Amino acid sequence: MADLEERINESQKLGMQIVKESDDDRLMTLSVGPQHPGSGHFRFVVKVDGDYIVHCDPDPGYVHRGEEKMTEYRNFIQNIPHLERPVIHDSTNITYSYSLAVEELTGIEVPRRGQFIRAIASEINREIYTLYWLAIYGIFLGHSTMFMWPTGDRELFIDLLEALSGARVTHAFNIPGGVRNDIPNGFKDRCLRQIGYFEKRLKEYEDIFYNNPLVRQRTEGVGILTKEDAIRLGVTGSVLRASGVPYDIRKAEPYDVYNELDFKVQYMKTADSFARAYVPFLDMRESCHILRQLLDKMPESGEVRAKLQSNPRGPPGEAYRRVESGRGALGYYIISDGSPKPYRVKISVGSFRNMLALPHLLVGAKMGDMPVIYWALNYWPVEADR
Amino acid sequence: MSSQAYQNKNSNTHYNIINFEHKRNTTETSMLITPNSRQHPAMASKSLSSSSTPTVRTVSSSGSSTTALRTKVSEPPAFEKGIANEISTNFGQMVQVIFIKPLRIKIAVEPHNIVKVASFLRDKFGFDHAESVAGTDYPKENQIEVIYHLGSYTRDDLAGHVLSLATRTNRDDARLPTLINVYKSVEYHERETFEMLGVYFEGHPRNERFLLPEDWADIPPLRKEFRIKGR
Repeated sequence: MADLEERINESQKLGMQIVKESDDDRLMTLSVGPQHPGSGHFRFVVKVDGDYIVHCDPDPGYVHRGEEKMTEYRNFIQNIPHLERPVIHDSTNITYSYSLAVEELTGIEVPRRGQFIRAIASEINREIYTLYWLAIYGIFLGHSTMFMWPTGDRELFIDLLEALSGARVTHAFNIPGGVRNDIPNGFKDRCLRQIGYFEKRLKEYEDIFYNNPLVRQRTEGVGILTKEDAIRLGVTGSVLRASGVPYDIRKAEPYDVYNELDFKVQYMKTADSFARAYVPFLDMRESCHILRQLLDKMPESGEVRAKLQSNPRGPPGEAYRRVESGRGALGYYIISDGSPKPYRVKISVGSFRNMLALPHLLVGAKMGDMPVIYWALNYWPVEADR
Repeated sequence: MSSQAYQNKNSNTHYNIINFEHKRNTTETSMLITPNSRQHPAMASKSLSSSSTPTVRTVSSSGSSTTALRTKVSEPPAFEKGIANEISTNFGQMVQVIFIKPLRIKIAVEPHNIVKVASFLRDKFGFDHAESVAGTDYPKENQIEVIYHLGSYTRDDLAGHVLSLATRTNRDDARLPTLINVYKSVEYHERETFEMLGVYFEGHPRNERFLLPEDWADIPPLRKEFRIKGR
């Protein structure tokens, strides 16, 4: 028993709580989270046999807020600020597909300049989210520099979106019919300057993190998700693209102005944790490329949003629209009964879909590989719970 | 629920959710309510104008508020139509095509056929994963509709398409066969639908609580009679 007590002490130091041990003291049940520093507001229960995980059962719901129910009480415009709460670090993208779906239902046309500003905000927000994710992945691997650098550089993009919308994190910038306000004077030059700086920084990121032999040793070959399994489990976003499926909603179903842009879908075929960590990095680089094009092609003047009636509504019907968010496809399925409030809103988020890959990857893996696998799934607990 | 009743429900206007009055005090003329009102708005106005119904939704502006209406009116796209036809020819009356619009097809089946149709869609069409499972409560018709949004990663020409596979079950004894053996990706979605709407998926290994609190002791929250407290 002394051995067991020692193990309990050790795991408490690691932030894990032992729930119960099995009768033969061979399998141990560990509850990872929801207070674990790395798990976010999410718990998964694992059974370990020595060092190996033999069973994993995700238990989400600690931050379930009933977003879908709340939408039924508010009209289409009032729904925007609370719908971005599930993932405030990507708040422009989570309201993007909502706006697209509402526009389809109500028949609102977005002015061309509005479409460009939307796409600009969306790409800037993708950088913000991915940098935040990368910072946490860095600290998960014990790489403190990779926590500091992205957190610092993220501020540059937050400042850009603050100049656009007036808010640092929760922007409520996308609305059905366009964006809330026009871009300020001098935004284009400022944005280009920061992209130029950030592209230089990305090279440094690659040198210090992705080409770091320790990081590669830690992540390469860990948590293989084969192409067939990725398709079968229906994962999305960087997890899917890291498994060799070049699928991106921006290419598959271009929305707004994305069909006029020249960019490549970033994907890798190695299907391990390193690939899942590297694909978001490639996405950031591609986003810079997209941002330059957007700033270049944007019309100099014009309306940024369509005029709405006070309570926009459309004929009864349904719409399902998707955008590519930082965590993959983000879809809204909205049923309208003709009234100003939606009859039903279903939010299909990447995190919830990628959660299915977690037990698949963890079973058979070592406990020490758990943080490497878990956070590389680009999983955002608050978004999954909605 | 008998399958006959389901067919009757589906056959005409019952498939709509419009039992709602439009309470508008502006000068707008009331919106048109058509039997096919689940169609794309553009499609709906097309089918109306072609059937020599003179009125199209007109919005006479009150003050400065005008709505830019989508004016693009087009035929149902050929590719989507081809898919829908192929499904129809294979299953005949078993499958009902609800709407066809660009990149979106919606079909409805009866619960006892859904596994067969889903297997066909996966094996013959390459719809290889489910993106979401959305349940909707219709108390007035005493039904719950469950929609599987299916997509394809393997076929490039289907990449942007979403096929909605809809089925309906009785509200009082909501039971549906699970699709987990066809689409592994529906596992958590079906579990969520169970706890949020109370639809029991027969054959699903875990019809259990998922997102709600452990001590949840109320009706499934996405049923329409559940009200948020204080509202």
